[in-house]
Amino acid sequence: MSDAAQPAPRGGKWGAVGRRVGMRLLSAVPALFGVLVFTFLLMRVLPGDPAVFFAAGANTGQAEIDMVREQMGLDRPMHEQLLRYLWDITRGNLGNSMTTGQPVRTDLVERLPASLELTFSALLLALSLALPLGIVAALRPGTLVDHVVRFLCTLGVCVPTFVSGLLLIYVFYYLLAWAPDPTGRLDIFAATPPEITGFLLIDFALVRDWEGWRAAAGQLILPASTMALFVLAPLARMTRASMLAVLGSDFVRTAKSLGLSHWRIIVVYALRNALLPVLTISGIVFSTMLGANVLVEKVFSWPGVASYALDALLASDYAPVQGFVLLMATIFVMVNLLIDILYGVADPRASVA
Amino acid sequence: MTGPLLEVEDLHIRFSTRRGPVEAVRGISLRLAPGETLGVVGESGSGKSVTAYAVTHLLDRAGSITQGRIRFRGRDITRAGRHELRELRGSAMSMIFQNPRGALNPIRTVGRQIADVLRAHNAITAREARERALDLLRAVLIRDPKGNLDAYPHELSGGMCQRVMIAMAIACEPALMIADEPTTGLDVTTQKTVMDLLARITAERGMAMILITHDLGLAAQYCRRVAVMERGLVVEEGAAARLFQAPDHPYTRRLIAASPTRTSTVADLVEGDAPPPPRRAPRAPGTPLLLEVQGLFKQYARTRAVDDVSFTLEPGESLGLVGESGSGKSTISRLICRLIDATAGEIIFDGQSIAATPARHFHKAPQRRDIQIVFQDPTDSLNPRFSAFDSIAHPLRRLDRLPSEAALRARVEECAERCGLPRELLDRFPHQLSGGQKARVGIARAIATRPRLLVLDEPTAALDVSVQAVILKLLDDLRREDGLGYLFVSHDLNVVRMMCERTIVLRQGRIVEQGPSAALFAAPQAAYTRELLAAIPHFDPEAMREPA
Repeated sequence: MSDAAQPAPRGGKWGAVGRRVGMRLLSAVPALFGVLVFTFLLMRVLPGDPAVFFAAGANTGQAEIDMVREQMGLDRPMHEQLLRYLWDITRGNLGNSMTTGQPVRTDLVERLPASLELTFSALLLALSLALPLGIVAALRPGTLVDHVVRFLCTLGVCVPTFVSGLLLIYVFYYLLAWAPDPTGRLDIFAATPPEITGFLLIDFALVRDWEGWRAAAGQLILPASTMALFVLAPLARMTRASMLAVLGSDFVRTAKSLGLSHWRIIVVYALRNALLPVLTISGIVFSTMLGANVLVEKVFSWPGVASYALDALLASDYAPVQGFVLLMATIFVMVNLLIDILYGVADPRASVA
Repeated sequence: MTGPLLEVEDLHIRFSTRRGPVEAVRGISLRLAPGETLGVVGESGSGKSVTAYAVTHLLDRAGSITQGRIRFRGRDITRAGRHELRELRGSAMSMIFQNPRGALNPIRTVGRQIADVLRAHNAITAREARERALDLLRAVLIRDPKGNLDAYPHELSGGMCQRVMIAMAIACEPALMIADEPTTGLDVTTQKTVMDLLARITAERGMAMILITHDLGLAAQYCRRVAVMERGLVVEEGAAARLFQAPDHPYTRRLIAASPTRTSTVADLVEGDAPPPPRRAPRAPGTPLLLEVQGLFKQYARTRAVDDVSFTLEPGESLGLVGESGSGKSTISRLICRLIDATAGEIIFDGQSIAATPARHFHKAPQRRDIQIVFQDPTDSLNPRFSAFDSIAHPLRRLDRLPSEAALRARVEECAERCGLPRELLDRFPHQLSGGQKARVGIARAIATRPRLLVLDEPTAALDVSVQAVILKLLDDLRREDGLGYLFVSHDLNVVRMMCERTIVLRQGRIVEQGPSAALFAAPQAAYTRELLAAIPHFDPEAMREPA
């Protein structure tokens, strides 16, 4: 490193970001293709014949089953089915669900906002708890506070979501009656807001129906808390670990040696740096939650995509499961991309080239 | 003010470790007048940095002052509270550190970091702070101060980062500056510019400075008074000129003897006898050179690390490669070890081309056992899960088909003994060995397969001078006894001069000058070589009398 080194050029940052986004999206295509083919084959290998399932009646004969099979195209060779499926997907057709009788795309579009709303709220809730807890634990390592935080996190991870969900229902609905009936996103008799974004909280807020907003939020709070508890541990532990590392770093020592105020050191120097790894973890946690919240959706009768896919899987209904997996894979790619971009904005060292 | 600026009285510092308390500082006393410069020198573990951290209250949780007193301007600050410290730090005393890039917040622009310091001690607006930050960057001679105000630390070189650090440290005009190894890890020419700047700025502003360093030459050149520390005690203190010319304490004498100067020999460093002349006979006509490098190029993404380098090495000869970081010396050593592939060029070892074999297949080539390498960092280059025995045996198991486990053990023990590693240490793991012992393991591993060419990549850069002296002597003896060829890579010109018969000076991947070491160092031809030589801090008595 010679003393004469010039600073790197700082222009054209957004152009570079755009190029990188494009590259990343392109490089995701093979992975998505692989996911498609794999799910397709997996569904064919799994036991259960959808034709039998759907033709099943009191007196179904082989002829009816064969007819259904022909209707569904299941009598064609495997590669032909795959090609047809891929061709359909390129035209945005994910097939029809045998259980709901609707196009899978319609079903997913209808249910995705419910899942996203739940997951976002849970992640926000988890972050708003995990960050302060992690910071406090890092500032006082080895003290009572640290141990209490560790205990809470362990508890959150140890208790399965269906248990904690039922516990929350038992306490807040049955015993205290604070929470509303834990079935779905809104009380069945309540008025639904006009469909604008599909996110109830946003839609209610847009039409300024604050009573409806409160009702929707009340329905949301228990399932969101259940999920938040589950992901509290990775977020809080990560915050604590990276905060500890940063507090021990050379530049925090520099800030101390120059007499900066305590809060400035913790917030501007330590926390901002410590949040970088937490950002990465948050992306992973979000993607995991979206797929893994099937139990929560089931417990709270939440009309989300995960419970939809589970029902379809149990019914050997191929198209919804394949559609769901493709959707999850796409969201995973998008979330990772988003996190990468955010990281590039937050950390000037991350190369944007 | 007439009284001393800083007074340290009978200071004791204890660290609580897993193996019980450790007394890092065992009763030292120092005094510093306003505007005075004091050098604190010592090897690792001497407690010199710990003392500085105690003064500024930056010791980590494990360390505590158990006894003694620290007074600043007559005020006792031994047990100063957080509030009192906030007022002192930055505005009355400040510190600059080793590894300047790590000492700056990586995700905040340098302008804002300087402004943070200014606003911590002055009631000024963000705009005023920015103006003054710009003035400070001008004061520390940053190139393009306006543009670099919004630069992040990773966009600046190490030397520039240290200038920014100095700007932050002087921002609120403190009376005392503590510089903890401020130029360790910087190139020798950068070290000179940074130290000159530091000396000038502190002198202009009447600041007192404590320079903590392992480099005696640096202390001699930039400090009026020097204190020598050994294992938590000040063993000797006095005016720099007197101390280095007529040291009283045996430790000071040993330290001075072990430091390479522009005239010392390897034997001088360890106060040994002059070595026997090398066994090397002139090469018989018709036998090949040990190594011949022709037109070597190595291109990385945008930079050309090695740019048309050619040289030769006779069997048993030692050749030094010197240069600053970015000169390509380490890249050349890795190319010749065939750890990486050259972009173009020819490497001929013992009459056979070895450049054609890709690096990832070279471990199967017959020449692999003939070319071995000693790495820079003795700790990182040893597998932490391997005992010393396994580390030395590793290349033997891979490359030599020894008839039996007993033969292997005999060979490992022989290598260890030749490298001065006691047999009982062979079962230890790297973390149980000292730096010097780890260096010996690394050397024993390199000579285990009885190579003919040893590539030494900064083998002593991470070691204390007294350990470096012993290791250099060991390497010199090994070469003379075995007729090994050495390719010795170093940034330390004095070390290369002592160890090598011929020297090549590199700059930005190109050869600037080459020739016999004695002649090259006595009368350098290239301007760059002269600049390098002039930048080395020294404490030779005759040189110190010269007007600065």
